[in-house]
Amino acid sequence: MDKENCLGWLKGGKMYALNFDENLCTTCPTGDCLVKCQYMDVEKDTAVEEMVKISRGEDSFVFKDCVTCYGCEEYCKRGNHPFYLITERREEKGILTSPRAITKQWINIGEPQGKYRLGKVKEKVLSFGFMPEFLKWVRGRLFEDVMPSFIFGQEFFCNVVYIHFANTSIIKERLPMVVDNFKKLGVKEVVFIHDECYGAFAHLAPAYGIKVPFKSIHYFEYLYKRLQELKDEIRPLNIKVAYQRPCSSRLSSDKHHFVADIMELIGVDLVEREYQGENALCCGGIFSMCFGYDLANDVQKRNIDDMAANGAEYCVFNCPACQSTLGEKVAKRGIKPVHMIDICRMAIGEK
Amino acid sequence: MTDITQALAEIVGEGYVSDQPEEAYFYARDPGLMPAHEPDYVVVPKTAEEIQKVVRLANRDKIPIVPMGAGMALTGLVIPLKGGIVIDMKRMTGILAINEKARLVIVEGGISQGLLKAYLEKNYPKLRHSIPDSPATATIAANVMIHGQGRLSQQYGFNSDMVAGLEVVLPSGEICKIGSCSISPDWFSKGAPMPDLSGLFLGWFGATGIITKVALKLYPKKKMRDVEIFITDMEEIVPDIVHELTYTEMVEDITVFAQPLPMIFRDNHHITIFFTGDTDTELEFKRKMVWDALDRFIKSKDGGFMGVPPVMKPTLLDSPQRSVTRFADVKKGGGFEYSGPIILVEKYPECSRKIRELAEKYDLGYSGMARIIGRGHCMMYGFAFTFNRADPDMMERTRKALHEVSEYALEAGGVFWKPTVNEQKMALDKMDPNTRNLMGMIKKNIDPNGIMNPGNWEVN
Repeated sequence: MDKENCLGWLKGGKMYALNFDENLCTTCPTGDCLVKCQYMDVEKDTAVEEMVKISRGEDSFVFKDCVTCYGCEEYCKRGNHPFYLITERREEKGILTSPRAITKQWINIGEPQGKYRLGKVKEKVLSFGFMPEFLKWVRGRLFEDVMPSFIFGQEFFCNVVYIHFANTSIIKERLPMVVDNFKKLGVKEVVFIHDECYGAFAHLAPAYGIKVPFKSIHYFEYLYKRLQELKDEIRPLNIKVAYQRPCSSRLSSDKHHFVADIMELIGVDLVEREYQGENALCCGGIFSMCFGYDLANDVQKRNIDDMAANGAEYCVFNCPACQSTLGEKVAKRGIKPVHMIDICRMAIGEK
Repeated sequence: MTDITQALAEIVGEGYVSDQPEEAYFYARDPGLMPAHEPDYVVVPKTAEEIQKVVRLANRDKIPIVPMGAGMALTGLVIPLKGGIVIDMKRMTGILAINEKARLVIVEGGISQGLLKAYLEKNYPKLRHSIPDSPATATIAANVMIHGQGRLSQQYGFNSDMVAGLEVVLPSGEICKIGSCSISPDWFSKGAPMPDLSGLFLGWFGATGIITKVALKLYPKKKMRDVEIFITDMEEIVPDIVHELTYTEMVEDITVFAQPLPMIFRDNHHITIFFTGDTDTELEFKRKMVWDALDRFIKSKDGGFMGVPPVMKPTLLDSPQRSVTRFADVKKGGGFEYSGPIILVEKYPECSRKIRELAEKYDLGYSGMARIIGRGHCMMYGFAFTFNRADPDMMERTRKALHEVSEYALEAGGVFWKPTVNEQKMALDKMDPNTRNLMGMIKKNIDPNGIMNPGNWEVN
């Protein structure tokens, strides 16, 4: 699984291009991709007009105003990929979303270095991507039917985060290698513990025509099934929680319902609030790196105010990066930060 | 037991003197690259009066004396180049007086940074001193003697600028008070409004006297500290970034580093910004001031704040920062040395280019690191190399690289910080002749027998 080997595969392979149908935009009855955007104020006709301009490689104010929340990938119900397209065009035009140093840093972090870790890999495997938190968090009865079959490291890192940085080239270069690394392990089913990785293989890869030779499973779905199997051991938690939806969840919006399903199963009151579902607000981590203090601070304040106003006692995180960004801030407001895995473990008496 | 050993034992007690090879071996070297040289005797006195007697004995018999704190300078300042007596100060660890309202402390000459820090944390939680990023065993007196820098240097200058008085044993054996304490019971100034005589001792590496007491200025310690890291891939704009940050007056400390490993640090320059507050409101206000000050660089995409994960913060906020020791072992074998000229911040880009050039030329692991002194008045730029002590070839390559650094630093307008003996000679050669003559006059008059740390700051 050395890099040279993978690069050889790529060199002999093909270049990947985004599947984007401009006609779907020209005939779009809603313009939801931009109309629903929480960071731009756009009417339907303008939305359609701008997306067509972007598709044709023309300039658009969207390149300047888009904050890379991924939201439009969910808002578009016609199966087009507005955010991927915006990202492609930004890269072609050299329009930076983030400071160069930030982009370089993240690209360096994700570079394979041969330091990956493998458990006893079987046909079904848990993927921790490149999130070291999962090496500690993934344990207990919820995972005992798969563990210790796991993988971790840059060699299995989905690289999707680079769409924040208007850099799809690096994704198109690395993602096929990652797919190949999975292939070499002979895995048939991969449970992605980080939902951005799930989004990479279930959403982004098909959008670019990258074939994925295994079944991708979102960990919410996995947890839900396991909790059903362990139903007799669940003790309802009887707490009120707010859910912090990450940007990456926009790439797997069909799995979002599992949040409510799981909370119901473990006896948790998922508070109704303004910034939920399609209206969810970003944690602000990427915003601060790309755009500075004001945007991130405003979004974080509104988000946490909303959690507090609706009586949340806990904030449930899906993404460790969101938890790293917001955990301390919600805690200071008296709301306990907890990851989805941990709250599920609490329900079966493991925490 | 020789006559000298016997005489020393009568002064400090038999248990605190040695002329044995075990002690000679250890006191012959420091953790850096300078060649070892053994002392003839080692004493560990308890009082200034004992030091006074040792110095008088040495002066009588013209025996060299080398005062020693923890021996952490790395540049051989405590290696007894001409043998003689090493005076190890480690038993003189008293905290003699503290004035909470005036924020002053008087300590003995052997107290460590760690001991004073622990004492203040326990007894005076609203007071702190400027801690350097050396190991906690480094001493207060040695650090001010070498014009060290620490966590508060961005606000208050060199740690030696924070001295409020000294007690010194002169080469003749007199115990001399320097500063307000020479005419007042209160130690609050090392000079002003009188002639500042502290310059006769600070920076001289013990070549003019032995510091037995230090009055040190203390500073407010806020309840909270936080850190942000601004990164850029353009070394040319680092001075501008520092300029904007120092203008805010919101920052406790600013350090800059650039190194190729681990990968997270490759390709970028990292401006680490520390700030403090008593409340969340104060801390957040300062954070916003800092972010706003650098907003133009974010807008131009020339730099940005990296996310500092909570798991990384304790390491960054550690004081002293123990992560330096991890860098020291990058090449395994625990070798680490740096040359750190004091130089204008505007020279950062060329220093940065130079360290990369040298690391490539000599195939060495490196870290370029800077600490801002004062409001951007200057910086210490550390050309740091890591090497394996079991690899003589790598050690030789490191020596050559550091020698080139020395030559470069002088050419670039820098001044050596805690220079090796060779660097001291280079500095004296370049120095204005009248200044050099003045230094010679001072040394000759204050130490006519040349017994004090001979080899250091010798004007021929």
